Amino acid sequence: MDPNRFVARHIVTLPKSGIRDFFEIVAKMKDVISLGIGEPDFTTPWHIREAAIYALEKGKTHYTSNLGLIELRRAICSYVGRHYGMAYQPESEVLVTVGVSEAIDIALRALVNPGDKVMFHQPCYVSYHPSVTLTHGCGVPVPTQAADNFALTTAALAAAWEPGCKLLLLNLPCNPTGGTCNREQLEQIARFCIEKDILVISDEIYSELTFEGGHISIASLPGMQERTIFLHGFSKAFAMTGWRIGYACGPAPLIDAMMKVHQYSMMCASIISQEGAIEALLRGEDAMKRMRDQYHRRRDFVVRRFNEIGLACHLPRGSFYAFPCVGGTGLGEREFAFGLLDKERVAMVPGTAFGEGGKGFVRASFATSYEQLVEACVRIERYVNSLKSRA
Amino acid sequence: MNPVLKLLLEGGSLSTAQMAQVLNLTEGEINGHLEQLKKDHIFLGWRPVLNLSQEDAGAVRAVIEVRITPERGGGFNRFAERISRFDEVESCYLMSGGYDLLVFVTGTSLQRVAAFVSERLSTIDGVLSTSTHFMLRSYKEQGYLMDAPAEENGRLTVTP
Repeated sequence: MDPNRFVARHIVTLPKSGIRDFFEIVAKMKDVISLGIGEPDFTTPWHIREAAIYALEKGKTHYTSNLGLIELRRAICSYVGRHYGMAYQPESEVLVTVGVSEAIDIALRALVNPGDKVMFHQPCYVSYHPSVTLTHGCGVPVPTQAADNFALTTAALAAAWEPGCKLLLLNLPCNPTGGTCNREQLEQIARFCIEKDILVISDEIYSELTFEGGHISIASLPGMQERTIFLHGFSKAFAMTGWRIGYACGPAPLIDAMMKVHQYSMMCASIISQEGAIEALLRGEDAMKRMRDQYHRRRDFVVRRFNEIGLACHLPRGSFYAFPCVGGTGLGEREFAFGLLDKERVAMVPGTAFGEGGKGFVRASFATSYEQLVEACVRIERYVNSLKSRA
Repeated sequence: MNPVLKLLLEGGSLSTAQMAQVLNLTEGEINGHLEQLKKDHIFLGWRPVLNLSQEDAGAVRAVIEVRITPERGGGFNRFAERISRFDEVESCYLMSGGYDLLVFVTGTSLQRVAAFVSERLSTIDGVLSTSTHFMLRSYKEQGYLMDAPAEENGRLTVTP
C-alpha cells in the first residue's frame, strides 16, 4: 500500500515553501541570531490579551456569525474609514477571517475558475503563487526591481499582462522587499486595472508599518473600491500573529462569495481572537505607534549598516524587512546565506524563497532587538570582509 | 525628544558603543548628549530596579498622604522641596484629590519609618495631617514585574 498514489496531482507538483529547508538547518543550530523571522518580536500588548482573557472568563466560547462578531465588523469599518478612507457596510461588506492567509485563500477559491490568470508582483510572500495553483488558476508573475525600490510599475504590469488576466494580487508594503507605491504609482496601477477590467485583491497587512509618506490603499482611489477586495489584519501592527485573525472588506457580492467558502471550511474565526481584535482596534493605536517607531529606528540602522558593509540595500518605506543585494560579494543568495549561517551564525533568508525575482538578494527582518541587530551587523561585516580578502 | 533619550527609554541595556552604532554617532557624541541632558536637568541619573523582597528583607516602604497649608506666593513648593530633601524620601508628588502630597518613604524597619513620620515629617510647620500606609508587597516596580513568570518569546527561528 503506497499512500503517495492518493495525493492529488497538483499537490504532488506543488513546491514546498522555499523557507522550509533553511528553517530546518537553522533550527538545529545554537546561538544563531536570526534575521529570518517574519513576525514582530513584541508580544501582543497586555490590554489586548487581557480583553481575550476577560472574554474567556465571561464564557465566550461559542461559534459566532460566519461573518464575525458584528461589534468587530463595526470596529473594522470605523478603523478602515478613519485610516484608509473607504466606507464599508459592516452587515454585508466585511468578513472576519482566520488571518489574512485564509482571506487570500477563500478569495481565490471564490473567484478563480480553472485556468483563470492571476497576476502578482514578485518577489512576494511565499503563499501567493501556491495559493493560485491550489485553485487551479495560473499565476502570472510581474517582476519588481531594486532600481524602482521594488515598487510595482505599470510598465512591468503591461509587459507581463496577457489575455485572460482576471485578478491582481497586491501586497503593499511588500514582504520580502519592503517596497510600496506612492499615490501616483497607485493611480497608474488603478487605471491599468480599470482599463483591463482586473479585480484587485489587496493584502495590506503591513500598511500601518509605513515609515515615510503615509500608506494609501488602492481601494480608496476613484473607481477602485468596487473592484478591490481589501485584506487586512492584526498580526504585524498589533503583534497578534498567533491569534490568526484578519478580515476582508469588499463589494457585498464578493464578500458573499467568499463567505460561502468560509462557512463550509472555517465556520467562523476564533471568538477569543475576535474579542482581542475589537480591543486592538478600539484602544490599541498608541501601542501600535510605539512599536512602529521602534521598527522605524531599527530600519534606519540596519539599512545604513548594510550599505556600509557593501551590501547595497534600498530603504524600504514599509514592513520590517530589508532586502539587501549580495551580488557584490560574488556569491549567489543561497551560497551567501548558508555561508553566513555556517561561519557567523546569522540567519537571513535567501531571496529566491520569495520567487525568482529574489535572485541575488537576501531578506533581513529587523523585527528583533537592537542588541541582536548590532551584533548581527558586526558578524555580517566580518563575513563580507572575509569574502573580500579571499577574492 | 532627544534621540539618545528615546533610545535610553526603549533600548533595553545598550552600551554607549551600541547606542553610537544604532544612532550613527560617535561615542563621544553620545556622551556629549548625555552630558547636555544632565546639564538641562532632564536626565537625572541611573538607579537599578531591584526585587527588594529577596535582596533586602529588612527594607520597609510606606506611602504617606500629607495635607499641608499652601503658602501665598509659593503654593506647596517650599514644603514639598523641604520634605523631598530627606534621605528617607524616595519620591514626592503633588496630587489632586483628598490630600496634597504623596510621599514614598523607605526605612530599615517599621519603627524607623513611623519615627520619621511622627518626628520629622508631621512636625513641619504647615503640615496639617499625615496618613501612613505600609507597603506589604510589590507586584511591579518601574515597569518591571516582580514575581510573575517571565514571558516566553517562543518564536520559531525562521518564518515567512
